[in-house]
Amino acid sequence: MNIFQIISEIEKVDPEVYDRLDSRRSIFKHMTGLGQKLSAAALPLAVGAIFNKAYAQTPVGATVNDVLNFALSLEYLESYFYQRGQATAALQAGFSATNKAALDLIRTDEANHVTFLRSVLGTAAIADPGAATFDFTGAKGATPTAANAPFLDVFTNPLTYLAVAQSLEDTGVRAYKGGAPLLMSNKTVLTAALNIHSVEARHASRLRTMRRGGPLNNTASQSPQSGTLNASPKSWISGTDNGGASPAQTAGIYGAGNNTGAPTGVTFDAESNTTQGGAALTGLPNTTGFPAAAFSEAFDEALDVTTVKAIARTFVVNGSTFLA
Amino acid sequence: MSDNLQPRGADDATFAQPLYTPIKRRSFFMYAGATAGATALVLAGCSKDSDPVTTSNLINVGSGDTGVLNYAYALEQLEAGFYTALRDGAYYKGLATTSAERQILDDLYYHEVIHREFFKAAITSGRISDSLKPDFSKIDFSSRTSVLGAAKAFEDLGVAAYNGAGQYITSPLYLTLAGKIVSVEARHAAIIRDLVQEGSFIDNSVVTLTTANASASASGAGPASSSVERSMTPNEVTAAANAYLADGSKIDASGLK
Repeated sequence: MNIFQIISEIEKVDPEVYDRLDSRRSIFKHMTGLGQKLSAAALPLAVGAIFNKAYAQTPVGATVNDVLNFALSLEYLESYFYQRGQATAALQAGFSATNKAALDLIRTDEANHVTFLRSVLGTAAIADPGAATFDFTGAKGATPTAANAPFLDVFTNPLTYLAVAQSLEDTGVRAYKGGAPLLMSNKTVLTAALNIHSVEARHASRLRTMRRGGPLNNTASQSPQSGTLNASPKSWISGTDNGGASPAQTAGIYGAGNNTGAPTGVTFDAESNTTQGGAALTGLPNTTGFPAAAFSEAFDEALDVTTVKAIARTFVVNGSTFLA
Repeated sequence: MSDNLQPRGADDATFAQPLYTPIKRRSFFMYAGATAGATALVLAGCSKDSDPVTTSNLINVGSGDTGVLNYAYALEQLEAGFYTALRDGAYYKGLATTSAERQILDDLYYHEVIHREFFKAAITSGRISDSLKPDFSKIDFSSRTSVLGAAKAFEDLGVAAYNGAGQYITSPLYLTLAGKIVSVEARHAAIIRDLVQEGSFIDNSVVTLTTANASASASGAGPASSSVERSMTPNEVTAAANAYLADGSKIDASGLK
């Protein structure tokens, strides 16, 4: 058997075969399931296992850099949002001191994420799209009116600003979660992405807390959830949160994704999902009397790249190919 | 080389670049092929999934995906045990039923028990003990400061643990499941931190705001001003967690690597 020739043949139809193989320094770890020792006779099977691993985990065309650039795109979206909002004095006048400080910190984090991801990607990083690529009113670049802009007052009304912010952060959490299996070939990059993922979740939690307490509340964390989840969310996602902050635009953020091409065993379920890894959570022992919502709240859900892009493009101007 | 996450600068052109060229890769496989053909490819040094065993009074979580799941199960047992004890304590019992803190602590109790029971159901073979004994003697369950301080420590530790262990998982499904849980733990950590001190949902002790991650885990370590979570190695996590586990229930996660 000539393994070298096999790889060479594959290279003709898939120029990235070397990346698929070589980027997996743990490649021999994948083979350990076959036994501690591999005889020469067993090698063809082992080689098959290598290729199955390489191709199963990374859809053709989706490299680690592709996934990182996707993440970078979302960070640009968030970063430009907070950059504009935190620089708008009239809007900031509507926030308490603790809420303004929290939003300033989130703005800093998102700008830091952009810088960090750019440094990891190096010359492979996408170009800075620029502020003009985004329209956070939802009018997609047209002159915003009540008719075409669902978030017309996003930079004048603190409630709308927080609603959009929560939507962006909840989307980001789902996006990083969905992207993680596509980064398994590179443990360093995977860990970095996980380390950003949880920061986005902390942001989402804080924004939800602020929405419960109200923009001018200086101790928002002391406000209990009351009324609708749309306007007064928990710090975590409960069911599908009634469609989120503005259901006509945000329901998709809490809905199911598209399972086409999903990594083995992974499904992109709605946030109301209560079956995990084949186990029905509601039937678990020692949970008698738990509120039904708790079973969905205990697990966030991942979302696929295509669905995330469609959601994010709510805020991209017409004519731009950004996040297309 | 490729496991060292460093900003790519001008050095790249002269230093790292040659290692990424196709020619070099091809050479690697020529060597690998030759070795396999001539002798036999012996992977004696590689780790193999192993069942958990108890050594020197520590409960070893094992290795491989089962090891990571056991590691998570141990931490979820600890967290669920904490919130269960908390709800029997004077501080919780004194909270108004309509208060935000009571709502939050109830939800955290539900979520962590569900996590614990999920792992118990999911790990069908090689599972560690279902009854790890906690030691909460250092926590004063009548004190708000003590209770919320401990909750903050457990939630932050959980986030750092899941983030640091993700790289040891080989199944996309298990990695996704871990991701589904860790973001909920991060949401918990943020609100508990806000209850302790409003606006402390993130600070430099858990996220690389002003200083780099000093964890022994170089993998995924963030430089200063990168705003990434400070993930921890399994050994760093067990050192912290074992302070709250009784003798005989302390865990060893050194098999995760």
